[in-house]
This record gives sequence, C-alpha cells and structure tokens, in this order.
Amino acid sequence: MNWPVILSISKTHLLSRFKQSSIAALGVTFGIGTFIILVSFMTGLNNLLDGLILNRTPHIHIYNEIKPSEKQPIDYITNVDAAINKIYSIKPKWSQERIHNAVPLLNHLIEDVRVKGIAPLVRAQAFYSAGSLQINGVLNGIDILEEVRLFKLDEYIFEGDAQALKRTSNGILMGIGVAQKLSLKVGDNVQIISSKGDVFPLKIVGFYQSGLAEIDNAQSYVNLKTAQQILGEGESYITDLNIKLHNIEDAVPMAEEIERNYKLTAIDIKEANAQFETGTSIRNIITYAVSITLLIVAGFGIYNILNMLIYEKMNDIAILKATGFSGRDVKYIFITQAMLIGLVGGVLGLIFGYGISTIIDHTPFETEALPTVKTFPVNWNPVYYGIGITFAIVSTFLAGYLPSRRAEKIDPVEIIRGQ
Amino acid sequence: MKDASTNSILRADHINKYFHDPVEFHVLKDISLEIKKGEFVSIMGKSGCGKSTLLYILSTMDTDYTGNLYLNDKLLNAESGDELARVRNEHIGFIFQFHYLLPEFTILENVMLPALKLGKKNREEVEQDALDKLHLLDIGEQAHKLASRVSGGQKQRVAIARALINSPSIIMADEPTGNLDSKNSDNVFNILRDLSHKENLSLLVVTHDEDFAKKTDRVITMEDGRIISHS
Repeated sequence: MNWPVILSISKTHLLSRFKQSSIAALGVTFGIGTFIILVSFMTGLNNLLDGLILNRTPHIHIYNEIKPSEKQPIDYITNVDAAINKIYSIKPKWSQERIHNAVPLLNHLIEDVRVKGIAPLVRAQAFYSAGSLQINGVLNGIDILEEVRLFKLDEYIFEGDAQALKRTSNGILMGIGVAQKLSLKVGDNVQIISSKGDVFPLKIVGFYQSGLAEIDNAQSYVNLKTAQQILGEGESYITDLNIKLHNIEDAVPMAEEIERNYKLTAIDIKEANAQFETGTSIRNIITYAVSITLLIVAGFGIYNILNMLIYEKMNDIAILKATGFSGRDVKYIFITQAMLIGLVGGVLGLIFGYGISTIIDHTPFETEALPTVKTFPVNWNPVYYGIGITFAIVSTFLAGYLPSRRAEKIDPVEIIRGQ
Repeated sequence: MKDASTNSILRADHINKYFHDPVEFHVLKDISLEIKKGEFVSIMGKSGCGKSTLLYILSTMDTDYTGNLYLNDKLLNAESGDELARVRNEHIGFIFQFHYLLPEFTILENVMLPALKLGKKNREEVEQDALDKLHLLDIGEQAHKLASRVSGGQKQRVAIARALINSPSIIMADEPTGNLDSKNSDNVFNILRDLSHKENLSLLVVTHDEDFAKKTDRVITMEDGRIISHS
C-alpha cells in the first residue's frame, strides 16, 4: 500500500470540491459538537444532582439500632418437636444509644486500607428556643474538618465558613430553614434547650443549606464536644460513625464485615441510595441515544456525498485502475476521504462543543437548592472528547465503507468502452 | 508460436471471449498474436470487429476470457487482480481515445501518479522524470497547469507522457488519434513512431484510421472476431 499517494489523491479530491467536503464535515461537526455539549452538560448535571445526596451520604453509616433481639429466649430451647413458638408483644432489648467503645473502634477501622476517613457524629435531640415558642430540632455534633474533607460540608455553607465553627467552641452552623423561622443572622446568639431541659446559649457562625427542606428546617451542626455537653455525656459518647471509602464498591462487603464483627448496624450506600444509580444511568442512556442519532444522520450525509462523488468520478476511477492502481487502492482512496472528513469535522466538533460548553459553564444558574452553585454545571472530563473523536472517525468509516466498496468493484473496461 | 524467441514482449495464445449479455455472442475467435521488442503494430478493423475488446484483454484489464496471455514470457492468466494492477502499473503504458486525465490534478501530477504508485523512486526523482517526459513531448511549460485547462492535442501528449513514465515493456493505445484533428493526429503518430525507433519501445495501437495503420511496421486486420491478415 502506498499511503502518501493515496493520501495526496484523497486530499486533492476533497480540496477540489471544497464546498461539498465542508458540508459533509459540517454534519460531523454538529454531531460531535452536540454530543460534547450534551454529554458535558448532562453529566455535569448528573454529578451535581448525585452530589447533592451522594456526597453527603457516607459510604457506610454505623450506628446502634434499637431493636428486638432476633433470637428470643424461647428459641434456645431445641428439644421441642412438632411445636411452633409464638410470642406476642415483643419489646426491644434495653441498650444504650451510643456506639459501645466508639473511640477504639474508630481508631481500629481507620487503619483499614479501604477507608478514606471516618467522621464521628453525636446526634442530639434539642429545641431551638424562640421566645415563647420551641422549635423541634436535631443537633449534629461533628468534627467539622473531617466533615469538610470527607463530605464536602463547606459546599453547602453559604454564609460564614467551616473554619469559624472550629474556632468557636460554642458555635453553631444553623440550617437555613430554622434560621429564617427564628429571624436570625450570623453572629446572633440562639438558645438551645436539651431534652433534659438545660439551656445552652450558642453563637451562630454560619448557615448551611442542603437543598432538602426537611433537613434545613431542623438540623444544625455544632462541635462534637458541644453536642456531648448538651447531652450531658463524656468524650467517648458517639452515636454514629460515617465512613468514606476510597472505592465505593467496597461498601457492601465492608458493611457486612462490620455488622458481623461488632454487632452494630452498618448501612452501605447502595442500600441507602439505590434509586440514584438508576436515574444516572437513564440520563446517560438518553445522552448517548441522542448523540448516536445525530451521528447516524451525519453518517447518511457522508454516505450520500461519497456515493455522488463516486458516480462523478467513474472516469477517474477507470483511469486509476488502467494505470495500475488496484481495486484496493481505489477503495482506500475513498475511505480515506470519508475518514478525513470525519477527522476534520470531528476536531471542529470538539472545538465547537468546547466553546458552547464554556458558554454554558458561564451562564448564571441560581437555585435555592444549591447555594454554592452560581452557573450551570459542566463536566470537563477529557474522556468525552476522546469518545467524540473516536465516534466521528468510526461513523465516517462506516459511512464511507459501502460507497468505497462499490468504487473498488468498478470495472474500468465498462467505463472506457462506454465513452 | 510455441518456439517463442527471447525478444517476445507480448504473446496471446488461442484467446476466445464471449459476451453473455443480452445474448451469447462469440466476440473473439481463437486469436493468437505476438509482439516483439521494438515493434510498432496496429490492429485494424471495422467498428464492432472486436479489436478494442482484444486490446482490453491484452492490457490485462479484462480477465473474462479463455486462452493464454504472456507478458515478457510470464503467464498472466492465473494472477490476482492486485497482481495484474501491479503488472499494468510497471509494464504497460496505456493511451486512450479520450484523453482520460484526472481533471483536478496538474499535468505534472497526472504524469507522476503511476510512478508514485510504483514507488521505486522517491518523489523528487519521479518529478524530474515526469518533467523530462513532458519536455520530450514538448509540453514541459504546461506542467503546472490543471489537466482540465489544456487543449485536446496537449492532453493526448500528456497521456503519452504518463504512459511512458514507468518505462513500460509495451505501450497500448486505443484510437489515440480518433479524437484529434489531422494536424494533431500526425503529431501524435510521429511521437509514437519516434519512441518506437529511438527508444526501441513496443507499441500496439488499435485504430480504424487506414492512413495511420499503413505507416506502422505491421498491420493486423480483424473482422468478425478473427484475425484475417498479418502484414
């Protein structure tokens, strides 16, 4: 195969009918451009929506669930034949709400190579005092720096900042819903009444907005120690451990391990959020379906133009064959043209897609639900650009293949005789 | 013709060809001929006598026949399409009635293409060769014009230059003057004759132009698919 000759013939053919070639390439450009725009925007949106929940959801959530014993005393009797045990009105077994030996457990789990980090949590029921009113709420005692590192809490703080909570031992990071009800602003003090009736004055260091009204209307964050004080408990009192793993796939087996080894309840992320994966994959399917449709349309355009080109070039094909170019050479000449159209159109499409994506990325997008998001989300993953150009080349190859096969089979004698 | 001498360039042995469409038609009947080195041979005959069909078979473009075809004493019947294309490229120069240049390429590129395809020389050498051939045919100054921009007579000379570029064993021409006025016709004939004499090149020309045929070394006359005379 003599590629320089084949390439130079293809190039001359394409350039001598520049308008037609450009229109064919433009089809690919729009196909690929739209693919890039769609996929960047859709996956950007996907990540944002998933992140809304998934970022904030621990891969494994460990806590001590209050529940009845699975095996009741009567079940230990084994020598009863042909009888059925039936117990009515089973009550949960007494146990503490905290995780037993939470600190050593935390230190032990954090050594596991699969674990990225563990954020301890003290969950405390409390009331926000508002004059004569008391609003029901939940205080989460947290290690703020770990929460920021593992669960991106800072992305949901829209006034004040995470560091302020670290610095202020009696600080509170308040849900926006609660704050609005109480007409509070950053720097104000708020009275918290514990379930035992003790009153704690806390200083507001910031507001956060998760985007889920249910949470924003009740939940606030305080330091671990503050929560322990409100509950009147010591430093080892921890109710939940939220584990983030390096690889989300480890969540299921590890949760099982923890349940087995420590007799705690461990909920893995798949169990908790099965619906999100479904939504994501359906949105991805839609994106790819639309893009492939566009490319098929562009492919038919190329198929048409090449078919016409080959009709017009019957004489040229006969000459090439008569002067010693084989059928295969001729086939490659036309396939090369299709693929050059695909390559040029594809690269332009990537540039076009990149440009429009940039514009989208700078388009204002303000929403209550997402306080830190100011513009439309765009996913800049370079993999999509790779997929785009591969798509362009493969689809133009397929579109060019059939017409090129015809050119390969053209009998030069018939053309020359027909003159 | 079994005792082929060593200077035989092209030899056809008992070639038969049928057209099947629309009705069975025996177009070439038991054709045998031989062309020696440096010979200038013409095939004469009326329209429809099968002379063009014979030329396409001899030029290896048409492979649908029975009989044996030798080029430089090498049997070509069993070769694949790709191999025949290579043989045409290297050993056969072709000149058509209609000039058949690639209109989007320059004169120079048209002449260079078969040599670039052959790939025995690099681009610079091929370009030099092509310019030499064009100068030989007195159209060197047109080299960088597009093929669609020159006159018919000039086109035919370009086609001759293209046929010569790979220094073929034989040049075949199908009515090379059929489309030209008498002045250009004579011109083309003189070029071909010079090539035959000076370069010792074999030439096989199909024509129905008697004046042209008479001036060649040997005339093969065909009628109804048979050779009726070698003279």
